[in-house]
Amino acid sequence: MNYKHNISSEISVSYVVTKKKLTLIAALGVTIGIAIFVFMNSMLKGFDRTSTDAIFKTVPHIRLFKDDETSRPLKKSAVGTNETVIVNPKIVPENNVLLNPDELIKLLKNQDNVTVVTPQTNVNVFYNNGRSQISGLSTGIDIGEANRMFNIKSFVVEGNADDLKNIQNGILLGVGIAEKMNVKTGDNISITSSKNVLKIMRVVGLFRTNNSNTDKTRSYINTSLAQQLLQKNTSYITDININVKDFDNAVIYADRFSKLTGYKAEDWKAANETLMAASRMRRIIITVVTFAILLVAGFGIYNILNMTISHKINDIAILKAIGFRGEDVIRIFVQQALIIGVIGMVMGLTLATVLVNILSHVYVGGDIGYFPIRFEPIQYLRGLIFGFLVTFFAGYIPARKAANVDPVSIFRK
Amino acid sequence: MGEDTILETKNVGKYFYDPEKFRVLDDITIKAYKGEFLTLVGKSGCGKSTLLYLLSTMDREYDGEIWIDDNRVTGLNQNALAAIRNEKIGFVFQFHYLLPEFSSLKNVMIPALRLGKFSREEIEHHAYQKLEMLGLKEIALKPASKLSGGQQQRVAIARALINNPKIIMGDEPTGNLDSKNTSIVFDIFKQLTSELGQTIIAVTHDNDFAKASDRTIEMMDGKIVSLNKTWN
Repeated sequence: MNYKHNISSEISVSYVVTKKKLTLIAALGVTIGIAIFVFMNSMLKGFDRTSTDAIFKTVPHIRLFKDDETSRPLKKSAVGTNETVIVNPKIVPENNVLLNPDELIKLLKNQDNVTVVTPQTNVNVFYNNGRSQISGLSTGIDIGEANRMFNIKSFVVEGNADDLKNIQNGILLGVGIAEKMNVKTGDNISITSSKNVLKIMRVVGLFRTNNSNTDKTRSYINTSLAQQLLQKNTSYITDININVKDFDNAVIYADRFSKLTGYKAEDWKAANETLMAASRMRRIIITVVTFAILLVAGFGIYNILNMTISHKINDIAILKAIGFRGEDVIRIFVQQALIIGVIGMVMGLTLATVLVNILSHVYVGGDIGYFPIRFEPIQYLRGLIFGFLVTFFAGYIPARKAANVDPVSIFRK
Repeated sequence: MGEDTILETKNVGKYFYDPEKFRVLDDITIKAYKGEFLTLVGKSGCGKSTLLYLLSTMDREYDGEIWIDDNRVTGLNQNALAAIRNEKIGFVFQFHYLLPEFSSLKNVMIPALRLGKFSREEIEHHAYQKLEMLGLKEIALKPASKLSGGQQQRVAIARALINNPKIIMGDEPTGNLDSKNTSIVFDIFKQLTSELGQTIIAVTHDNDFAKASDRTIEMMDGKIVSLNKTWN
């Protein structure tokens, strides 16, 4: 008959209990490590979310457009001759218009995971203010679909975006332009396109994205009006905007759509490379800092266990003398480390929750309002996993040393 | 190996390398029999403790062979030796080496819990029996660190006995005990050998203790001088 008495656990628990102060100090190290790890990563996540939200106010997940083509020198001319035609490479003077946009939109709408597809026509315009002119970009949209994509209504601060539907010559102005031109909802302004078409527009609302550049140049108008400003017909569409369910993988869809349609499809990350680089840098910094802190916490446990082991070397020798194997000794100290780790992690996650809660009530102003941080279960999970790994090794490394102790060398002192 | 031989060494020798190479044991061939109370005597530094540690399987660096209970233990790995120590050998040191965090009872129970042959209740019952035998029943639940030296040493002996090992080894087991406690321990050892057939192998400086044992092996300068010392 065989019984499995977990005597190793009993011994490790007794070490934890009898050395309360040491246990607490080691656990506090883990607490701080885990709390900072979870807190910083939650902060990063919140920050990332806010900045992508800001990007998606004006940028779709994927933008389909006709890229400028550059003419290539012809390599060989006719068969049998060695003459080569050389041409200076330059942009082909072709329209950057999408052919048969209605078909394209239908095709894209039928793709998996596509949520919104909406055409867009950009016009470079001057907003006229007496004799002075403000240059800017007017975007011809279908307000219903564009609102689904960019949530335009959420940053309209005056007037009503839906009025664009009813008022053919309506215009939704950035607050920066409105301020410079001293106009408000209901006023009329005139805009001039690069084709020198002049239109009198009715301001139906103002929006504020808090991106100063956008607010000072951008306006939204109906697609048909944009086409008129460009003196084009009703099938003239320069961009098709596409939103997908999973924007982190936009690049994969962009690639697929590009092959599908033959036009260039650019994902939002490629379109905002600078922002993405900044975000990656931020992530690297926070990762390095949090890992350093976790490592320091792990080193604290390692030190304390090292101390315990040299303190308990006689115990280890006697345990081995009465028949404990190396693994049993390792189990004792790894368990001790894990108990300390679990105590530390519970306190650490609690502390992180408190910190997140405090920071989420800090008002930072602007369009952000309260600090964009919230409880991120994934970060808690990651904190737990890394916490376990660090405490395991902090216990395992000195324990392995203890397991190899030759009991005779202790008794023969 | 004879039928009633429990432990045997064949030409065992050992070197110490620190501070310089030195033959501490040479050509040791001894036998210990079942139910025998065997003592090892000799001057300090003659190698008797070193020999005992070889016999206990805790020291693996030697030449020659050691057989315990018809098994060749020479060359076995650490875990196999740990299992043999756990089940077949009880060890009593000059110093008690109890775990101070635990009660006397728990200290006695630990080797049996490691062995896992009996349930916890049975082990506790056995441990009480051993403690009672050594006159320690009333301090069973006291922490080991709160006991007197003599009590601690007796708890250590109870711990060595808990798994009913075939061999009990002692490195000066009574070295820290007064004469009253020494005689208690001696009587118990006597009883174990005669009644339960366990074998005692003890290193001692105490000539009276050795004289009263069944047989005494005398060593000098790492060699056996006498396999059955005669006292005069």
